[in-house]
Amino acid sequence: MNLTQRQLRIITRVCWTISLTIVAIPFVFPFLWMVSSGFKSPTEIFGQPTLVPRVWRWDNFVEVFTYQPFAQQYFNSLYIAVAVTALTLVIASLAGYALARLRFAGAGLLMLFLLSALMVPEEVTIIPNFFLIRWMGLMDTHWPLILLPVFGPHGVMATFLMRQYFLALPKELEEAGKMDGLSRVGIWWRIALPMSRPALAAVAIITFLFSWNLFLEPLVFVSSLKLFTLPLALSNFTDPYGTPLWHLQLAATSLAVVPVLIVYLLAQRQIIESFAMSGVKG
Amino acid sequence: MREAIEAWLFVSPIVTGFLIFFLGPLIAVFFYSMTEWNLLSQQATFVGLDNFEDALTRNPDFWHVIRNSVIFAAGLVPLNMSLALVLALALSRPSFGAVFFRTIFFAPVVTSAVAWAIVWKFLLQNEAGAVNQILALVGITGPNWLREPDWAMVAVIVTRVIKMVGLNMILYIAALQTIPRDYEEAARLEGASNWQIFSTIIWPLLAPITLIIMVITSIGSFKVFDHIYLMTGGGPENGTLVLAFYIYEQGFKFFNVGYASALAIIMFFVVLALTIVQLALRGRNAR
Repeated sequence: MNLTQRQLRIITRVCWTISLTIVAIPFVFPFLWMVSSGFKSPTEIFGQPTLVPRVWRWDNFVEVFTYQPFAQQYFNSLYIAVAVTALTLVIASLAGYALARLRFAGAGLLMLFLLSALMVPEEVTIIPNFFLIRWMGLMDTHWPLILLPVFGPHGVMATFLMRQYFLALPKELEEAGKMDGLSRVGIWWRIALPMSRPALAAVAIITFLFSWNLFLEPLVFVSSLKLFTLPLALSNFTDPYGTPLWHLQLAATSLAVVPVLIVYLLAQRQIIESFAMSGVKG
Repeated sequence: MREAIEAWLFVSPIVTGFLIFFLGPLIAVFFYSMTEWNLLSQQATFVGLDNFEDALTRNPDFWHVIRNSVIFAAGLVPLNMSLALVLALALSRPSFGAVFFRTIFFAPVVTSAVAWAIVWKFLLQNEAGAVNQILALVGITGPNWLREPDWAMVAVIVTRVIKMVGLNMILYIAALQTIPRDYEEAARLEGASNWQIFSTIIWPLLAPITLIIMVITSIGSFKVFDHIYLMTGGGPENGTLVLAFYIYEQGFKFFNVGYASALAIIMFFVVLALTIVQLALRGRNAR
């Protein structure tokens, strides 16, 4: 049988699509199974489970909130992520602007010095930070969950990202602003920041997710149920012996994951670009 | 002069915070590592390099942990990078299908590692787990994934790859999109096969980004903590006890501050060495 170029191309495409669909299964199935199991009773979970629950058990989603202060924990994650994002945006764009535009002795050295932080894992500094936070009297508060991400390697990465973006911006508008008598802060706030919206958006997106998903720091610094953030709360749906209460745990996990996924699906281009810009790794 | 003062004011928040919460602790951990300090006894005594000697020569756990970390990295890095490259090659041209699949493969990256680990732990249970039930449909009796040391290692590596491969995929896609299409078309006119185009044109042009991806993926593999903590807790029989988890366990479960700090220093140097080796490789390739 002789195939024309065109037929050959179509066959190749179909083969690719089939292979990609097969590869996609372990990427999609966990989400579907998570949501579906969140609606099942414990007996159904351990029977012969099906993808569509036989009985939709909405009670799981009520029980999630009575088992532990889940609403409060949800709110904690949300407000901490907002605070970390806002602080990171201000601090990183200030420092990034100075490193890109202003001439000062030691700028290069400072840059190198900050960048070296990107190589050091949090696990290396977590023990001294534990004593520092305890000495400051901030154990079992949300402060370490805000301060450490803002000033740690993630904050440095955000600073570097802002600096790169500012470097690529044309200087003329800023010089015009200077002529018009704007102060340095005025130039930063009124001219440089409005022009760097894409970079600010990228920093905001990755910082929010970074804080939202943070686990080691809450685990080490927070011990009261009411102060838990989502990742800690999710890991806490267990019986007194530590066996997971799957129906609750998966219902709660769905509540934590699905809103993020919805936002991701709506803004996937922007979100993926943000990660491509930063090139970081969680 | 004025400019310099303004500049330092602008950078002062990040610099101050960086000194307090990063550089200070980094220096402190070197001192801690030379003490015998159990949090319960509240007393630190200077013991020189004893903790390092302990790790390297006396504590059998240490080499086991290093072995696990190396296996984890050796499994994760090539698997992650090759899958990322294949997906990127398949999806680099903009089309509806490409955007659709990209969105799917990237979704786990934005999902919290905790949620991901919880769901996979659920999927990988022995008889009640969906993975084994699906395998049973085709007549395969799956192992008790998270209860057998070797299979547990396989499970954490593969689930971690699925979680993170999307990131490397988009880094590769971004790099592929900078390669001019003319190169490929010219080669095709000369009668080059797909494989020839890939191996002689695309792969060499991807070398710089491949090195960068290798650095961040291997550093990331040594940092992995939440994933292991939730899926296996370092078990079974310490089969997935990796360095980051071992530091946490020694520091915050057994309160061996000195020993845990020595481990942290070792981790610091491992990551530093990895970075230097890879930067050196990059330097050689550039010539």
